[in-house]
Amino acid sequence: MNAANARYAVGIDLGTTHCVMASVELDRVDGETVLLELEPVPQLVGPGAVEARTLLPSFLYLPHPDELAAVDTVLPWSAEPTCVAGELARSLGAKTPLRLVASAKSWLCHPGVDRRAAILPVDAPEEVARLSPLEASTRYLEHLRQAWDRARPEAPLAEQRLTLTVPASFDPAARELTVEAARAAGLSNLVLLEEPQAALYSWIETSAGGWRKQVGVGEVILVIDLGGGTADFSLIAVTEQDGNLALQRIAVGEHILLGGDNMDLALAHGLRAKLAAQGTSLEPWQVQGLVHGCRAAKEQLLADAALEALPVVVPSRGSRLIGGTLRTELTREEVARTLVDGFFPVVDADARPIARARTGLTRVGLPYAQDAAVTRHLAAFLGRQRDAAADCGITLAAGASFLHPSAVLFNGGVFKAPLLAARVLEVLNAWLAQEGAPAARRLEGIHLDHAVARGAAYLGCVREGRGVRIRGGTARAYYVGVESAMPAVPGLEPPVEALCVAPFGMEEGSRAELPAHELGLVVGEPVHFRFFGSATRREDRVGTVLEFWAADELDELPGIEVTLPAEGRAAGEVVPVRLQASVTEVGTLELEAVSRDGAERWKVEFDVRASDAG
Amino acid sequence: MNDAEPSFFHRFFLAFSAFGRTLASGEFAAGVHRLRRGGAVTVPATIVAVPAEPPKSAPLSEVLKTASPDAALQLLGLLQQEGRLIDFLQEDVAGYSDAEIGAAARVVHEGCRKTLRAHLALEPVRAEAEGSRLTVAAGFDAQALRLIGNVVGQPPFAGTLVHRGWRVAEVRLPKLAEGHDARVIQPAEVEL
Repeated sequence: MNAANARYAVGIDLGTTHCVMASVELDRVDGETVLLELEPVPQLVGPGAVEARTLLPSFLYLPHPDELAAVDTVLPWSAEPTCVAGELARSLGAKTPLRLVASAKSWLCHPGVDRRAAILPVDAPEEVARLSPLEASTRYLEHLRQAWDRARPEAPLAEQRLTLTVPASFDPAARELTVEAARAAGLSNLVLLEEPQAALYSWIETSAGGWRKQVGVGEVILVIDLGGGTADFSLIAVTEQDGNLALQRIAVGEHILLGGDNMDLALAHGLRAKLAAQGTSLEPWQVQGLVHGCRAAKEQLLADAALEALPVVVPSRGSRLIGGTLRTELTREEVARTLVDGFFPVVDADARPIARARTGLTRVGLPYAQDAAVTRHLAAFLGRQRDAAADCGITLAAGASFLHPSAVLFNGGVFKAPLLAARVLEVLNAWLAQEGAPAARRLEGIHLDHAVARGAAYLGCVREGRGVRIRGGTARAYYVGVESAMPAVPGLEPPVEALCVAPFGMEEGSRAELPAHELGLVVGEPVHFRFFGSATRREDRVGTVLEFWAADELDELPGIEVTLPAEGRAAGEVVPVRLQASVTEVGTLELEAVSRDGAERWKVEFDVRASDAG
Repeated sequence: MNDAEPSFFHRFFLAFSAFGRTLASGEFAAGVHRLRRGGAVTVPATIVAVPAEPPKSAPLSEVLKTASPDAALQLLGLLQQEGRLIDFLQEDVAGYSDAEIGAAARVVHEGCRKTLRAHLALEPVRAEAEGSRLTVAAGFDAQALRLIGNVVGQPPFAGTLVHRGWRVAEVRLPKLAEGHDARVIQPAEVEL
């Protein structure tokens, strides 16, 4: 990595529904006061029309060769883009969904598909040249790089101090793919940052030093990031180091595909059912319009308590606007029932997400959360992480059944409706009150759409030694599945034991010790291992072997694979190796197979092609 | 363009484009200013958006050469795309009930408002509340403030603010690709 000549710290929020880029000129940083700016991103907003906007919608449209005239897709830096990205992609895709690539980020961490295979859009017919989730991510980054380089030809993005954000719940394979996408877009000088941490950095940056008065040693901050497509939780403890406040990220949540888009869709489905009961059945394009109308009406209803109902209008497609327009109503009661009680129900602290048959929320392919209740997911997270703060010396009251946060930072577009943040806080505080703990308060002041990009840019300053850095390392311990030494029982799969290769909390740039346990690799053949992660087993050291574990302790991740080159060995020979883990400066996990004498090392790959894992 | 009086349609676009270019181009604005201060006698006064004294000198032909309806067409296109404005105005409302028109008007209002906010920075000319009394000093900007009613005597004038006025502080229109046909403000759509 060489960012020695960097003039800017740049943060990129590569979001599920939109991307944001922020920057700060490193020379203009003064103590904890930084001058952050959002980078406008030129993009096609209509055929032949280019406008710079703060948000780049994360959509790609793959037009038919005859669909758009050549002049209609001209960008400032490219006369002939192969696909359309951003606002125009979204609006064209609303009318022709089969050519629209959306939610590429969710596909990038989908263990059930080959992330390098051209599979998007999933509904596209044969003749459309599809893209892989990896390529789609590359295209967005490429677009952002071009936008930056065009605005500042003297300071190309590749030479700046770049931070790219990923969900805290991204597994090692998805993180590695994100870095691979950045490299393919010409950006190899970067570090990864978890989005909830970025939001907290943004809060610190916005407070310009004042954050030290707002939180104290021994507190635990819960970050709830609810964007368009994903729900992401993190816990950050406030500790003390050499007399100064320090921050340590102590836990992250599971990957939950549940966000604002699901909420708008749920409201629209409710209205569709209402219209159907009145004898009006809708065509697919009308449902699109209904979703759009619901989003606007919902925001108003949630913002203004005096409104009882708002009309939702679906305009006709033809030029006769008045005659063909469909009108219905979204009532306060419907929003309260579908959204507030549907997604944020008042539940007990011991509630857990319900796995049930898929509902109208699901789309083909992506593993959307089966339980739409954010509060149940939150209860499960806090319950599972009850002891997360113990290592920081923060103890809970006796009998506590879940971790007690003292402050909450909300991030993501969903919380533009203040009522929803208030509901989450109300539910959380009811849980806390039941266990006799003080109520958690809300940390305010961040911009819900821009905070992640801003916090990522701010990290660039922190890495220069200007400001407090959130510590924490990896939020999981990692295990390799090894066949048990127990005698095999005919007809049963041999039991698997989990060998710990990377302990919880490995810092960037560190390497785990070598486990004593050896694995046999067959020369010249790819050897596949099962791979597991645990977000709760903080005490396991390298070499720990688990014979049994509770269902929610270990999650199976995409497998890993290694092939020993045949040079100097006979094909088929079995070579004993040990697996060594390290966390790169970039923030990705790397595994290497090390020969017995330690002289030879082979890279172990995450298998992102597997379709049976997870 | 011929020298005969342009049609209403043409004047409409001309007014719009003069409006946009006056804001966007200092040179053009200077031309309009010269025109308003007394431009070419040969040209009808309907050229500029604001009613003007009869022009008397010659720079107008230069101004007309550079005038292009693209910005006006682009704005119309945006209002149509987001707010269906042209569809709404082109429809005969006589046969519809107020409720039906109202439902459509919501689409138009919401979309056009969004477009205005996105592309124009609008501000009132006067900050005072309408209905309040105010004094107009000598040397006021006659383009931004119009005296109506009993307009006699000498400044300062005392009067009541009837309309606060609107001023566009900034125009942010998307850049158009060379060769893009701005006249198509809504393409025909054919579903396959």
